[in-house]
Amino acid sequence: MPPMKNPAYIVGAFEHPTRKAEDKSTAQLHAEVAYGALQDAGLSASDIDGYFCAGDAPGMGGLSMLDYMGLTKIRHYDTTESGGSSYVIHVGHAVEAIISGKCNVALITLAGRPRAEGMQTGTAVRSTGVGVPDEPFELPYARTIATMHANVAMRHMYEFGTTSEQLAWVKVAASTHAQYNPHAMLPKVVTVEDVVNSPMVADPLHRLDCCVISDGGGALIIARPEIAATLKRPKVGVKGWGEAYKHQNAGGIDLTYSAAKFSGPMAFGKAGVKPSDIKYASIYDSFTISVILQIEDLGFCAKGDGGKFVMDGGLISGIGKLPFNTDGGGLCNNHPANRGGMTKVIEAVRQSRGEAHPKVQVPNHDLVLANGKGGSLGTRHGCGTVILERE
Amino acid sequence: MATQAFDRLPQAPGETPDNKVYFDACRAGKLLLGKCNDTGKLFHYPRHVSPFTLSNNVEFVEAKGTGVIYSYSVARGKEPFCVAYVTLDEGPTVLTNIIECDLDALKVGQKVKLKFRDSDGGAPVPMFVLA
Repeated sequence: MPPMKNPAYIVGAFEHPTRKAEDKSTAQLHAEVAYGALQDAGLSASDIDGYFCAGDAPGMGGLSMLDYMGLTKIRHYDTTESGGSSYVIHVGHAVEAIISGKCNVALITLAGRPRAEGMQTGTAVRSTGVGVPDEPFELPYARTIATMHANVAMRHMYEFGTTSEQLAWVKVAASTHAQYNPHAMLPKVVTVEDVVNSPMVADPLHRLDCCVISDGGGALIIARPEIAATLKRPKVGVKGWGEAYKHQNAGGIDLTYSAAKFSGPMAFGKAGVKPSDIKYASIYDSFTISVILQIEDLGFCAKGDGGKFVMDGGLISGIGKLPFNTDGGGLCNNHPANRGGMTKVIEAVRQSRGEAHPKVQVPNHDLVLANGKGGSLGTRHGCGTVILERE
Repeated sequence: MATQAFDRLPQAPGETPDNKVYFDACRAGKLLLGKCNDTGKLFHYPRHVSPFTLSNNVEFVEAKGTGVIYSYSVARGKEPFCVAYVTLDEGPTVLTNIIECDLDALKVGQKVKLKFRDSDGGAPVPMFVLA
């Protein structure tokens, strides 16, 4: 057995190819991505003894999905719900469960079909449940995902001089990568002018500053080193992980940072590496501004310098200092179930294995990172960061 | 170019035993803040638990109703309106709408003042106009 350096390994990853699933149920999509990840790993359903899912899974926690998928050997189960960042956080939780002996092979699934259901994700006023204490102070003002992220962007522009053209560079980079992804919803390369001339959705965010709405899903299999060592796929170790949460802080609003300010240093601290060691980063891109905040908070540039960092192809593979979202990300590829954390980890795994599209694969992929953000950047959200090491 | 804010009818706030004191004050034309008596710090949104210490040693105090725009966005569409965070002179920042304004002339840092707006069958809700 080769020496294994990390506490757990991502041994299977699968992204559902669908972008509009009119002929499939959500439970079916969960099962299809689980099977895909098992096939990728070279494992079978009977090997799974840990299951992780979040609010997109139908039923009480994960009970109905365990039932549907026929998983009978589960001895550890975690339904941590933090919106789109859940699955990145689940990776860290799975590693910790493996370290503490609670499971050997963990399955994480995400799936949903908001596009088939005609959901207006960003621009409709939506409640998150009954008895939510903050909502009487928000719903009368008709806040949406788009207007709250736009508040973040407007403040960033005010404090740091960030421009619409700089935000547009995030989309330009994503689209430059998406042209090589046959599954991408928006594979056309766009220019800064295309972005800033697209219709305004919520000042200062244009239509092309916003991610797509798509169906689909993804799954990951995390295994302990002894099992990973027996499998044939490239060894992708989880070297660092962290999670953090941010809210309105009793009215002490500061929109200039995300919870990645705290989840990032936790992950880097565990991994014993620094931002300049990272060769590729998957960054949650619900909106262009989301990326700017996270790359600052993760330490890839100083606070306030994100706009300058992304200009002139700063995020484009082969050109920029920090190749990002080489699958096209949420801005161009997909955003299954309105939750982009899963696909962030999956593309980071592809890069770590050297299996991204040749046109966007980074040459040295010893260390890569994925960051998820879930909830609304302008109100309440959680961030999860993972650092992966190729052995 | 000028775009007048659409006079949108707000959804009624969901009242609970916890927030009733706040919305009853709104009916009387007053904007309340929470005050933690353990720390002396003010907070929003009001609740019967201190978000600083978790104790119930809280009271509610009236805000002057003046502040500045911390940040904002204009929801574009057929009926455009402004969703903003306003930092009150007392300190806390509140989510609100800026109403009766030219949406194309708004700026971060502008001074605003309180104006209640009737909601759709519920308590009036605090909004702001340019001062």
